[in-house]
Amino acid sequence: MTGRARTVGQIFAIGAVALLLGLLVWKLAFGSGGGAANELAKGKHPAAPAFELSRLDVSGGKMSLADLRGKPVIVNFWASWCIPCKDEAPALQKTYEKYRAQGLTVLGVDAQDFRQDARRFTKRFGVTYPVVYDGSGSTLGKWGVTGFPETFFVDRSGRLVGERIQGGIDTERNKAAYARGIQAALGQAQ
Amino acid sequence: MIRLFAAGVAALALAGSTLVAPATAASPPRQADLEAEIVCPTCHTTLDMSTSPIAARMKTFIRVRIAAGDSAEEIKAKLVDQFGPAVLAEPPKRGFDLLAWLLPLAALVVGIVVVGALAWIWSRRRETGADPDDPGLDPDLERRVDEELARYED
Repeated sequence: MTGRARTVGQIFAIGAVALLLGLLVWKLAFGSGGGAANELAKGKHPAAPAFELSRLDVSGGKMSLADLRGKPVIVNFWASWCIPCKDEAPALQKTYEKYRAQGLTVLGVDAQDFRQDARRFTKRFGVTYPVVYDGSGSTLGKWGVTGFPETFFVDRSGRLVGERIQGGIDTERNKAAYARGIQAALGQAQ
Repeated sequence: MIRLFAAGVAALALAGSTLVAPATAASPPRQADLEAEIVCPTCHTTLDMSTSPIAARMKTFIRVRIAAGDSAEEIKAKLVDQFGPAVLAEPPKRGFDLLAWLLPLAALVVGIVVVGALAWIWSRRRETGADPDDPGLDPDLERRVDEELARYED
């Protein structure tokens, strides 16, 4: 091989290795890797991942998490085809009605679902809190959602507090964590 | 070499024109075909491989839309509207997504060209014997090596 061909070959090889290393570093630095839920599980209080999605309950409207800054928020990821989501829906609505006067709001994120099915669901269960639609599931990775339902608590400063609740909020396994999460979001943690 | 490169370019152009060719006259879509072309958003396999609740719901949606007279493209467009483009097992053969089809072909052509070029250079080197860029040993060094070898032989 000529000296020039050898040099070009070496440049290609070094470039390919540099590209792969760059991708690895990027993945480690910016990859979702469990999302905000992972940070929360480590005892940290990361900022709640931002999103702006179309509202399911208001035609043509959009809503972002930033719109609720200054308020404690329960963010509930659900889908109409998920059985535990049906079971917990009345309890979420009750929470919203009970703590609304204290500024707390519930924000439903309907993901990987048909809009029409989700609208039927909210009508059937008398949901009056805001619900946004994320058909493609674009928010799930950032939040670290791995199934439905999952519930997070956001305090007035926009940080995640309490624990991530996997499964229905009103199950025996999750009831205590749910109550603690509400208190943490309200800033009344024990 | 040039012939090889031209063949690669022609193959790429042919593949591209095939990919963007319009669909033939519409016949009623088949449920099984669509289930193989749509991905379940929760399990990331095609619908025909999935038994998840949302896959079952999507299969029902497809059945209803076929019965309503929608074409395959219309059904896919409705599903993309709900679940985003990732719901398609194959990226669309148009716009930016066309790159997903063309880049592997382009990489294949580049690979063939590179391997061909290297093979050509190596075969030429073997024919000519010495590397023209190799200056060989310095005469002084060559003389010293000869002297050292002669000493060992003695």
